[in-house]
Amino acid sequence: MFRNIGEMVLLFVATVKALPWACRERRKIAEQLFDIGNASLFMACVLSLFIGGVLSLQSGPVLVENGIGSALGNLVAIAMCKELAPVMMSILVAGRVGSAMAAELGSMSVYQEIDALRTLAINPIRFLVLPRVIAISIAVPCLVVFSNLVGWLGGAFVAAHNDRIAVPAETFFTSLREGVDPGDVVNGLIKSFFFALCVGVICCHQGLTTQGGPRGIGRSVTKAVVNSLVLILILDYILTRLLLPFDNGFFA
Amino acid sequence: MSDSRSTGIPLKVRNLRKSYDGRVVLQSMDLDIAAGEIFVLMGPSGSGKSVFLRHLIGLEAPDAGEILVGGERVGPDIDQTRHRLAMVFQSGGLLNSLTVEENVGLYLREHRLKAPEEISRIVLEKLALVRLGPSDAAKYPSELSGGMRKRVAIARALVIEPQLILYDEPTSELDPLVSLTIGREILNLNRRIGATSVVVTHHVDLAMGIADRIAFLSEGSIVALGTPEQIRSSPVPLVHQFLNAEFKEA
Repeated sequence: MFRNIGEMVLLFVATVKALPWACRERRKIAEQLFDIGNASLFMACVLSLFIGGVLSLQSGPVLVENGIGSALGNLVAIAMCKELAPVMMSILVAGRVGSAMAAELGSMSVYQEIDALRTLAINPIRFLVLPRVIAISIAVPCLVVFSNLVGWLGGAFVAAHNDRIAVPAETFFTSLREGVDPGDVVNGLIKSFFFALCVGVICCHQGLTTQGGPRGIGRSVTKAVVNSLVLILILDYILTRLLLPFDNGFFA
Repeated sequence: MSDSRSTGIPLKVRNLRKSYDGRVVLQSMDLDIAAGEIFVLMGPSGSGKSVFLRHLIGLEAPDAGEILVGGERVGPDIDQTRHRLAMVFQSGGLLNSLTVEENVGLYLREHRLKAPEEISRIVLEKLALVRLGPSDAAKYPSELSGGMRKRVAIARALVIEPQLILYDEPTSELDPLVSLTIGREILNLNRRIGATSVVVTHHVDLAMGIADRIAFLSEGSIVALGTPEQIRSSPVPLVHQFLNAEFKEA
């Protein structure tokens, strides 16, 4: 395990060192961005809509019973932008995109494509890892913004149409506007950026270290997704703790 | 890249040793390969042939010993030396996400050695050398037969204008006729560009047909070394068995 962590840190450092090449790799970055969007956007939409709806459904009746139903928009919005959207989008991307990255790089390792790159004096980190890590680090925060908007809409829809809640959309969004400041959204975006970096590095590392044919590729994909999920949740706590002091309007 | 690049370079291997998890794969190998020579490595599966080849191009680091390619030590600064070497992998090693043209031109494009139009011209020229036409250039590796994939891999290696070409099982998974074609390509290319060639193969006819010298490997050591005629008359029982293996009903 410690060897794996060490290798991942080295891969991250090598990727950072390759950053000056990012401009040259812009075509591959754009292709990766397109692939990530294509693979995740619809799922992100469905997931966010229902998460927002469930948040309203769970908390709405309690708030209404206590006479503070008008604060529902605030609650849903904060929960979405600071916690649920970053975590859920990162998990979604790890499952749909990270697994594909690990499988693709794993297959390239097994079928000697990465060795072939090395013999052509082409650095596989610059050629394969850098575009993927940059693309995923851009895509996940973008997905989080999208997820926030859709989740808020989902929450508002349920709040307005559920008989036990019956908070009008106007009230919901007024509460949302009053309760959420840009700092809350930035907080979620910072978290999602770090989650995305982790997912990118973990999945690329698993892909590049794949050995042993198709079974090895399967093993790498499983490890990539499981390790990503575990690290997202651990990192979520650490980042939440670190960002707490900035909660009082630092980003606003 | 000038034409002077396309002449072979000598290879020296001294006391090369490698083991994985305590299992010795190469033990104290010493070898000299002359410039422009076609040198074939034969031996049973697991005898260390492919591992040896991977050491020559720096894909593996030895436990001990050294490899000198054209007088330069193959080491951590291998990327400089690599511009003079090329390897044709057993599986071809073509990038499946790229077309044949993109695969063959990858080296020139990534190192920005030529203008795009010039790269296209060179790619078609190299494909023609291995008897592939412009219509094949737009295809993806998955659309090619095994023999064509091997030839594309050879074309990609030629783009480097290498002074040393390593072939890892160039005729594996190919029928005898395609194997013959690949063998002829190796021979023709060696004559045309004069690059030193190291070929790992199980294919006895291919080895005997193209080799200037053959080394027979067993358990990480060279047990026989010489011209094809010397290897045919080798007194080593394993070599004799290997060269004359044929199916007999028990």
